[in-house]
Amino acid sequence: MDEMKEIVKKYVIDEYMEEGDTIAYDTPLISGGIVDSFSMVSLKRFLENKYNISIPDDDATPEAFDSVNKIVDLVNRFIKK
Amino acid sequence: MAHFKSYEENTRNFNWSIAENELGYKEGGVINIGWYCSDRICEMGKGDKKALIWEGFGGKHKTYTYNDLRLCSNTIGAYLKSLGIQPEDRVCLFMDKIPELYIGFIGVLKIGAIAQPLFSAFGDESLLVRLENAETRAIITQQKHVSKVRKILDKMPYLKHIIVVDHDEKKPLQEREIVFDLEKAAGVEQLEIHPTKKESPSVLHYTSGTTGQPKGVKHVHYSLISQYLTTKWVLDIQDDDIYWCTADPGWVTGTSYGIIGPFAIGATQCVQDLGFSAENWYRFIEKHKITVWYSAPTAIRSLMKAGEEVVKKFNLESLRHLASVGEPLNSEAVIWSEKVFGKPFHDTYWQTETGSIMITNFPGMKIKPGSMGKPFPGITAIVVDPETYEPINETGKIGLIGIKPGWPSMMRTYWNNEETYQKKFKNNWYLPGDRATIDKEGYFWFVGRDDDVINTGGHLVSPFEVESALLEHPAVAESAVVAKPDFVNMEVVKAFVNLKPGFQASKDLDLEIMNFIRKKLSPLAMPQEIEYVDLLPKTRSGKIMRRVLRAKEWNEDPGDVSAMEND
Repeated sequence: MDEMKEIVKKYVIDEYMEEGDTIAYDTPLISGGIVDSFSMVSLKRFLENKYNISIPDDDATPEAFDSVNKIVDLVNRFIKK
Repeated sequence: MAHFKSYEENTRNFNWSIAENELGYKEGGVINIGWYCSDRICEMGKGDKKALIWEGFGGKHKTYTYNDLRLCSNTIGAYLKSLGIQPEDRVCLFMDKIPELYIGFIGVLKIGAIAQPLFSAFGDESLLVRLENAETRAIITQQKHVSKVRKILDKMPYLKHIIVVDHDEKKPLQEREIVFDLEKAAGVEQLEIHPTKKESPSVLHYTSGTTGQPKGVKHVHYSLISQYLTTKWVLDIQDDDIYWCTADPGWVTGTSYGIIGPFAIGATQCVQDLGFSAENWYRFIEKHKITVWYSAPTAIRSLMKAGEEVVKKFNLESLRHLASVGEPLNSEAVIWSEKVFGKPFHDTYWQTETGSIMITNFPGMKIKPGSMGKPFPGITAIVVDPETYEPINETGKIGLIGIKPGWPSMMRTYWNNEETYQKKFKNNWYLPGDRATIDKEGYFWFVGRDDDVINTGGHLVSPFEVESALLEHPAVAESAVVAKPDFVNMEVVKAFVNLKPGFQASKDLDLEIMNFIRKKLSPLAMPQEIEYVDLLPKTRSGKIMRRVLRAKEWNEDPGDVSAMEND
């Protein structure tokens, strides 16, 4: 779980943030303006590739992607299925 | 009482002098949008009225009265003058929806410079082509966007000043960067307003077409006449209304109806610089008791997707009038809004080049869900034959929308591209590039674009621009970019890619290409799907036939394919 959190956090920092900026596991990503709704598609694609899962569009909501913690919860729901 | 009485009454004997008289403008006189949006409202005795109520990330919030708006825009204007900014110099506003964007826009106009707002999510390449075309003299931006400017700085000798409004002192400034902190700057009580006239340039907005680079749409200060009157009559904003326009001023709705229109009529408006979530939006409406809400079909469909349960958690009774813009508003969305909000969204049709609303559903008018409505008084709109450009008089027959030139907010040219501007006119009609029908009651019905431009979430994306950027990726030999249907955004970008030898299609390559375009151009331009192909459909002369690929995505007939090389 912690490893997944670190992987997702690092991806978000590397891909969506300015050099030197960082986030916490509970930093709001969508409602905090770090990841916009269009870019959410690439984040979803990263998670699907990395964890070999498929996240249905209905589950890929801004709320479900709004923090590293929430993303990890979402990914775990589909890994376990 | 609504400003708009009835379609017949408001259309009869209509003349733009209605707005000129209300604004006290006389032919040949000075007309400066910046002054009208701030000083004039103060001179009317409304200096203490709230102009802007702003909420940002991390619980930040600020409120500005009209007197604050006047003083702060004076301060920014005076600062720009002190840097040597001259009338008609282009000043780019490259910021998120923070107060400095709204106030800076007014300050730029007050000194007679040209405001060039750009969407802050643009990547460095998108930024470069637009700044290069305009030969922009200064850019006002935030710390978080400075790195994009730094990447392209060497290519922009004309860009003299990079003004950072929220400088983080831990991060050292680099070449041409300077700090301007509006809160710490000494307020400027008196600023000499530049005496701009009717045809003085005001705003330069960039828009995408099927071919070529983005075009800079030049507007003038006289556009105020249309923007003022349409704000009153279509959005129906009254003196005690609380207005919320959800559009970003990087695009034309965010300036025409997010700055110019509402401030020129002295309205109180709210701005939220937060990412989208249904709860967030409803909470914002409830908290500020928003009465007039101007949004976009993409946002409305996202709210529909979030469901009705979330609506019930909030008291949204303050809402009085709802309108929508950006792309056609589907009938389901109109019906849904009537069901959950108790009132329909009123679709409005216009574009960057028109500067103000052209065809619309007026307050109190019978709404036919899915229809664009009727032309604004003073606007002559018809459909014309796509071959002859002669008016079509037959009810229900599809043609190109044609608008008789001459309304106040019509673009005056494309910056450095008069040739393309002239091509927008045929047989004395301005052609926005959309197809429609007109029914027997005079309502317009949108059919589709007449070109390959992709309308995603109300923003136009040029397939040419995405294809050009894709060619810069080491794996891409050739590509074709088309629109793919999408429930929320109406259309999203799909790329058909032919790989260079030695590269293999894979999910990881998909993601790499997506992120490549996202960073280079913008998240809007990022392909949401990539399909790898061995061959792209081409004419015998080698031109890629995007319409064949588009038709496949939309399950439509591709039309005449006799000219296709590899059929």
